Amino acid sequence: MVMPDTRTRWRCRRGMLENDLLLGRFLDHGYDRLDQEGRDAFERLLGYPDNLLLDLVLGRQATVDSGIARLVPLIRAATADRPEP
Amino acid sequence: MKLTTRKFDALIIGAGGAGLRAALQLSNGDARVAVVSKVFPTRSHTVAAQGGVNAALANVLPDSWHWHMFDTIKGSDYLGDQDAIEYMCRAAPKVVYELEHFGVPFSRLDDGGIYQRAFGGQSQNFGKEQAARTCAAADRTGHAILHSLYQQNLRARTHFFDEYFAIDLIKDEAGYVLGVVAFEILSGEPIVIEAKTTLIATGGAGQIFRTNTNSLSNTGDGMAMALRAGVPLEDMEFVQFHPTGIAGRGMLITEGVRGEGGFLINSEDERFMERYAPQAKDLASRDVVSRAIAIEVREGRGCGRNKDHVLLDMRHLGADMIMKKLPGIREMSMTFLGVDPIEKPIPVFPTCHYSMGGIPTNRDGQVVVPVKDTPEDPVPGLYAAGEAACVSVHGANRLGGNSLLDILVFGRAAANHILEFLKDNRYHRPLPQGSVDQALERLSRWERKGDGEAVEPLRQELRKVMEDHCGVFRTAEVMQEGVDKLRVLRERIANAVIRDHSQTFNTARIEAMELENLMDCAMATMCSALGREESRGAHSRVDFPERDDERWLKHSLYSLLDDSMDYKPVRTQPVSVESFPPKKRVY
Repeated sequence: MVMPDTRTRWRCRRGMLENDLLLGRFLDHGYDRLDQEGRDAFERLLGYPDNLLLDLVLGRQATVDSGIARLVPLIRAATADRPEP
Repeated sequence: MKLTTRKFDALIIGAGGAGLRAALQLSNGDARVAVVSKVFPTRSHTVAAQGGVNAALANVLPDSWHWHMFDTIKGSDYLGDQDAIEYMCRAAPKVVYELEHFGVPFSRLDDGGIYQRAFGGQSQNFGKEQAARTCAAADRTGHAILHSLYQQNLRARTHFFDEYFAIDLIKDEAGYVLGVVAFEILSGEPIVIEAKTTLIATGGAGQIFRTNTNSLSNTGDGMAMALRAGVPLEDMEFVQFHPTGIAGRGMLITEGVRGEGGFLINSEDERFMERYAPQAKDLASRDVVSRAIAIEVREGRGCGRNKDHVLLDMRHLGADMIMKKLPGIREMSMTFLGVDPIEKPIPVFPTCHYSMGGIPTNRDGQVVVPVKDTPEDPVPGLYAAGEAACVSVHGANRLGGNSLLDILVFGRAAANHILEFLKDNRYHRPLPQGSVDQALERLSRWERKGDGEAVEPLRQELRKVMEDHCGVFRTAEVMQEGVDKLRVLRERIANAVIRDHSQTFNTARIEAMELENLMDCAMATMCSALGREESRGAHSRVDFPERDDERWLKHSLYSLLDDSMDYKPVRTQPVSVESFPPKKRVY
């Protein structure tokens, strides 16, 4: 199992609570199942500005980066499995 | 240990809209400027501002800065300083046009002018018809502003210390603030950044509450730094709870939804805002709507299995309009709740959104403190702007669209004053080693090993205490209990330890130091709220339900020393027009 390093964890600190929640949730529930290619794609995703990052994860924007495209449903799934309020 | 030292004319702590607007003005004014930010600048919380920026451009409906001023004062429940409010409303069109020239892609009207949207609390003719005053770049105005300002700063060659954590201000015996001690997150290495002037622009402290709309980085770092440097915090009891946060998650559903026609319903399918604000209904000021929701839930008309929220209904707007005008909101609801607002209303509840209070400043952005008989004596070399500061233009309650305006107007104003200050203060003053050592001690304190509580559970407990004891409804009994709990927590935090003592990207240490900052801001908020025995704006006391202008038309000042409270008068005299005397706020 590969845990995210602290550098990656810090770069999941974003300007928007939505991204903090989505990425933070994924770090704890899903990141450990990524292979090296997936982890590299995650680093590329973190390089995006906050609004674009959220757009990608919410499916508002498509991406030609197939690695990131594969990540999106995993990130969404990590959040979607939380119970309703 | 030899410390790295860097010297600048001006140091900005925080790289959100206020900090970047100030930095740009300074760099363009040929000052040598450094910006310190714990996260990469474009990950600052300004990026999350969806709504827009208010300016009386009169592009859609008739408007004037004077009406904007009236609305802001009324919205502030008459606690705002009228000189600063006049200054801000007059400057608003100018800063919006500047942004346009910096490259912010504002939404347009067919004639090419900037589109303006109607928001709550906006009126024509001093309280009459609804006005349309908010300029927006679709639903991502903050993002557009932050990115434009960052790029302009790169062009102007502002120096950035990205991913550096500011520990404490450096202050000499004469009271001058001379920069900051920080450390590089990557290496853990401390650094002294000397500056002739220092501007705190670190944003708010929303993370003191469990349910909030703020990014995790909003931990009140600058406010706490000011407290530790002997500066009191002003009006910290005034915390805006946004009426429509996603229940159980905290994220904000923009007022724009209600601006476009969405409305609130309770468990009886009643549009209850009609009872609370017959004229403005769902577009009443935020505190009015927040309190109405809380009352509905308290009186048993809440929705859901725990009857702990109300519903925001936009089904009647139709699928086309929702998908065209509010696509972001729909996605959010579907992602975080699994609810499609075309088919089902969204569960909402008030969520902590904005700190009206902060570091006291005058309208030039200078930090001001009471000295003997003077309530507002400038601290030489120290400035604050944005949510970290309290100018005070928002008073007891901020209007939507006025926070982006605040950061732009006063980031710019502070920079202009700094440029003047630099003309008279051309050389760095000697560095007071004692002050530097004190800051370094705050860093090394977390090297301590052995037994002690962990940081994260303490943080959760702190936020729960604030939610339970200092939320939308407040009584002396509940808050006194809250103060007692916070005092115990403060002791426990002083004895907490972290397990990770590595140097590189030690996030545990950052979170520990953020917790200390949260603690100071929480205590300031609770003590200020307990002290103010009236209800005004966002501060609602069950045991003192009325506004009391005779006793309480004044600003609170919380000081870290003995958790003591002091007060200073509201500046009721504008710069050039007649004062707006307090009136009952009806929408």
